[in-house]
Amino acid sequence: MTQATDRSVLDLTRTRSRLLGALGLSVLDGLSAIRDVYRVAVLTVYYSVRGEPNRPAFFRQMYEIGNRSLAFLSIVMGFIGMILVYQGGLQTQRVVPDLSLLGATFLQLLVRDLAASICALMLATRVGAGIAAEIGSMVVTEQVDALRMCATDPIDYLIRPRFLASLSMFGPLVVIAAGVAFLSGMWTAFAFFGINPRTFANVSMVSVGDLTIGLTKCVAYGAAIPVISGYCGLTAFGGSEGVGAATTRAVVNSSLAVIVLNFVISGAGYLVFG
Amino acid sequence: MAAETSSRASHALGSLGQKASDGLSLVGGFGVLLSSIVVCVVKRDFDPGEFLRNLYRMGIKSMPIVTVTALFTGGIMVIQAAPIVQRYGAYGLLGWGAGFGTLREIAPLLTALMINGRVGANNTAELGTMAVTEQIDALRALAIDPIGFLVAPRFLAIVITLFLSTIFSDALALLGAAYAGAGFLGVEPAVFYRGLTTGLLGFGDVAHGLEKSIVFGVVIGLSSCHFGLSTKGGAPGVGRSVNATVVASAAGIFVLDYLLSFALS
Repeated sequence: MTQATDRSVLDLTRTRSRLLGALGLSVLDGLSAIRDVYRVAVLTVYYSVRGEPNRPAFFRQMYEIGNRSLAFLSIVMGFIGMILVYQGGLQTQRVVPDLSLLGATFLQLLVRDLAASICALMLATRVGAGIAAEIGSMVVTEQVDALRMCATDPIDYLIRPRFLASLSMFGPLVVIAAGVAFLSGMWTAFAFFGINPRTFANVSMVSVGDLTIGLTKCVAYGAAIPVISGYCGLTAFGGSEGVGAATTRAVVNSSLAVIVLNFVISGAGYLVFG
Repeated sequence: MAAETSSRASHALGSLGQKASDGLSLVGGFGVLLSSIVVCVVKRDFDPGEFLRNLYRMGIKSMPIVTVTALFTGGIMVIQAAPIVQRYGAYGLLGWGAGFGTLREIAPLLTALMINGRVGANNTAELGTMAVTEQIDALRALAIDPIGFLVAPRFLAIVITLFLSTIFSDALALLGAAYAGAGFLGVEPAVFYRGLTTGLLGFGDVAHGLEKSIVFGVVIGLSSCHFGLSTKGGAPGVGRSVNATVVASAAGIFVLDYLLSFALS
């Protein structure tokens, strides 16, 4: 009897210490991953400032990241504009019958948060997966090792052009996507609620603070996505399975980074601008 | 000059036609895959062990990111509603405003996007690796149907995972929203919950989000299995199919979200 109790207590302690060990291990893993991402980010910024410009790669990446995402982003944002105006209009009708401020509120929300954040989630999917898949394939086929043999840092040669291209293309993409969302929202408001497009296109509620928050988000997301996905690509290992795992990690971590950055910047913006 | 223009025009037309036929063949592939999965599920001709294993790997292992996403999303919803709430002084309506957007749109949408990134991409990578290393051909050679053995369990697991994760993230997003409201606006969580339950929101709003999540799950499951099975060309090919599947699912989720918002309301 006592022996059985002893054994079960021993088992319990063992399970508990194993659980604690697993917890500690995952915390340590997380911390070292954060340190590595930080290292990649600092090196990328360093090379962007100090390295010699690699224009062909930069323009190619601008085309890859910017132009080739445009159709995808426009489709998604067009539908987002229609969904939000439709749902928002239906709900507002339940409480206040006057829908004349729908457009102004929608525009403010778009500038402040939705345009940048939804574009960033979409680009984290498209661009992040693309970067990680490309760099990951180079890693598992030992092309990155070949680069290192040639005394070239892969962060300088591979991640820097993507970082600069994403940083410079993010703003224009978000502006175009916001325009598409606004136009589709305007059409929805006209078709379903009979709101005149002139009443809908009301910029009176968009303040300097909203614009600043929106543009800050553009820069923050544009910088975070290539660095995180590039890091995930560079740490790929083990054949085609490894490339798949790296791509998955890139999408998940960039999306999480976008959501956390959104929370931080929105909160700070609310406290600063009200 | 004229010949050059016309050849360029015909080239553009040709690439347009190519894109259209690619798109149609994709939709056709989805349809064929869906019908064969449905046949397997109805005849109970799928591997139960594989189903449970995938349910664990997809569902339980996604809990951390779903939790983080939902908590932050709830907070973001409140921060975005804050200026409007303050302008009208309608603190009692904060729960309704944040809850409505969260339950009907944002929680199902963001959960689907995160599950698409984690589970959909992972699933494509796994099936793609099997395809390029000829493991799927090996299954066929052993007279094992890859649909029943690999695809149907994964598809079912993805749909169930997304449905359950959406319920979970609905609850957590409202929790995050309540405490963000307390932190940023000084609205007591009790006032927030009262705003949720005073009758402006009903079970219909929750059900609306959950019905969407089933459709999103079908989209993610179909596209990840389809792109995984049709992977070609080694490790770079796996990367390309993962990229293609996340993009296709994300676009499909938004388009269907729009259509469903009409169909269900």
